[in-house]
Amino acid sequence: MKRRASEKIYYAANTCLLSLISLITLFPLYYVFVVSFTEPSEFIRGGVILFPRTWTTISYEYLLSTRTFIRSILNSGFLATVGTLSSLIVTSGLAYMLSRKRLVGRRVITLLILLTILFSPGMIPNYLVVRELGLINQIWALIIPALSSGWYVLLMKGFFDSIPESLEEAATIDGCNDVGIWLRIILPLSLPAMAAFGLFFAVGYWNTYFSAVLYINNPAKWPLQILLQNLLVDPYMAGGSEGAYVGSEQLNLPPEGLKMAAIVMTTIPILLVYPFLQKHFAKGAMVGSVKE
Amino acid sequence: MTKVSRNTWTRILQDRYLYLLGLPGMLYFVVFKYAPMWGIVISFQDYSPYTGLWKSEWVGFEHFVRFFSNPDFFMLFRNTMAINLLNLLFFFPAPILLALLLNELRTGLFKKSVQSIIYLPHFLSWVIIAGISFQMLSQTEGVVNKLIVSLGYPSVEFLTNENTFWVLLTLQSMWKEAGWGTIIFLAAMASVDPQLYEASKIDGAGPFRLAWHVTLPGIRNVITILLILRLGDIMDVGFEQVYLMMNGAVSSVAEVFDTYVFRVGISQGQFSYSTAIGLFKSVVGLILVILANKSAKRLGEEGVY
Repeated sequence: MKRRASEKIYYAANTCLLSLISLITLFPLYYVFVVSFTEPSEFIRGGVILFPRTWTTISYEYLLSTRTFIRSILNSGFLATVGTLSSLIVTSGLAYMLSRKRLVGRRVITLLILLTILFSPGMIPNYLVVRELGLINQIWALIIPALSSGWYVLLMKGFFDSIPESLEEAATIDGCNDVGIWLRIILPLSLPAMAAFGLFFAVGYWNTYFSAVLYINNPAKWPLQILLQNLLVDPYMAGGSEGAYVGSEQLNLPPEGLKMAAIVMTTIPILLVYPFLQKHFAKGAMVGSVKE
Repeated sequence: MTKVSRNTWTRILQDRYLYLLGLPGMLYFVVFKYAPMWGIVISFQDYSPYTGLWKSEWVGFEHFVRFFSNPDFFMLFRNTMAINLLNLLFFFPAPILLALLLNELRTGLFKKSVQSIIYLPHFLSWVIIAGISFQMLSQTEGVVNKLIVSLGYPSVEFLTNENTFWVLLTLQSMWKEAGWGTIIFLAAMASVDPQLYEASKIDGAGPFRLAWHVTLPGIRNVITILLILRLGDIMDVGFEQVYLMMNGAVSSVAEVFDTYVFRVGISQGQFSYSTAIGLFKSVVGLILVILANKSAKRLGEEGVY
């Protein structure tokens, strides 16, 4: 199709604008990356560093030698694996149950779950329930209360709705009960979707922060994000929360590189799953853009 | 027992394994979503963990009266509303505009790259976003101020300035979520009838008119639904974001309902009082969703439910 000159300008402007937006998005991340590898003396000299003259991994070596950092990585890793698996089992079981149209009480239960999206009792009642259950200061406090959500159940139900019930009938004749059907037919059929939901759960657990502020006082059980907060945020806060700061003063390292290295290390797992996540963005977007 | 109900019981019994499958999930919702709703009663009590839910003294609406007559109430209300109105004005339309721009691109490497880049910040935690913000904007070490100083201007306090704190929050939200927000609008735009574009083009419509008269009306229902849900959250401000960005210099403009509930409830242990505040917030949110949904339907749009 022939394009008018004004349209050509329009498309060129569009491309420029989008490039600029991408640049604004990328630059802070690039800067973090660069600072984390910059030689401390070069950083102290000041100025804007876009490409360090000498690359060094000293910040990373130091971080990986501290027990606090390793321990919190392990804690967050535990959350991301055990939490994700538990979330998938609990959420998909309920969603599958609700997707079977013959089920008595299906509409009522679905409505009750929708209601939890529209109305939340608030922070304190949730906190009191967790406390009554004796979960305070246990790593399970970061998993069990976050196992599922109304959005995830309804989204997954929508997915299972598209699996025809006739598939089950054949299995029923073969003598399978519903649990068997779910395990042997439904789950294998929906592996791609489960992977998608799993990745979103995993990112959620990896980024667990506020529930740890609420429920975990014991530094040995801190997830990574709390440690990051101590490292990145508290130095800027007048009277921020006390805690085991990953001491860098005694090593005479400027904390900047250390902080940025911690950000990079925390982001790496997300970057690793990012290409796999991307395939499923359309599904996740429903959760992401609606519930934020 | 009538025939119908016996039939129902047989059906329930037949599906016992199906219920078993949903049982952990149902238990979860009962314990972590509905039991807390029962906990709301403490906002009408003088609850103390030692006397418990059953024996605590009833005080009616005392905590609500106390909260509404507290000067803090006005501050919290103003801050929450200001942050949310800014979000509604600038952060809400941002993904729509961005999606319009992206929608003009033909599928290819450039479009894919732009999308991959602008979706990424969504997956970073607020702790990381706060850390990056400090690294970029700090008055002494921030790269932006280094640039400003090297150009010969005095450094700017971005992080401790009361006047610009709300703007800072809005810009942060846009950086983190505007790109991700485009996905839902792009999906909606993909389902706009291509014939409408062809017809308008023949009528001589340029790209702006196409966007205004074809694309935007085509995704109107998605915009409405997201707007309704957004209104339901108008009393909420992303807690982690404000909590992490708050500092002594800006606390008078940064304190919102959620941070206040956290401070008064968790840190000071005033459970009943803070539950009352949380309840007030949730009820207003629910009323707003219902009202917005009603008016959307009256205007002939599809609602949320």
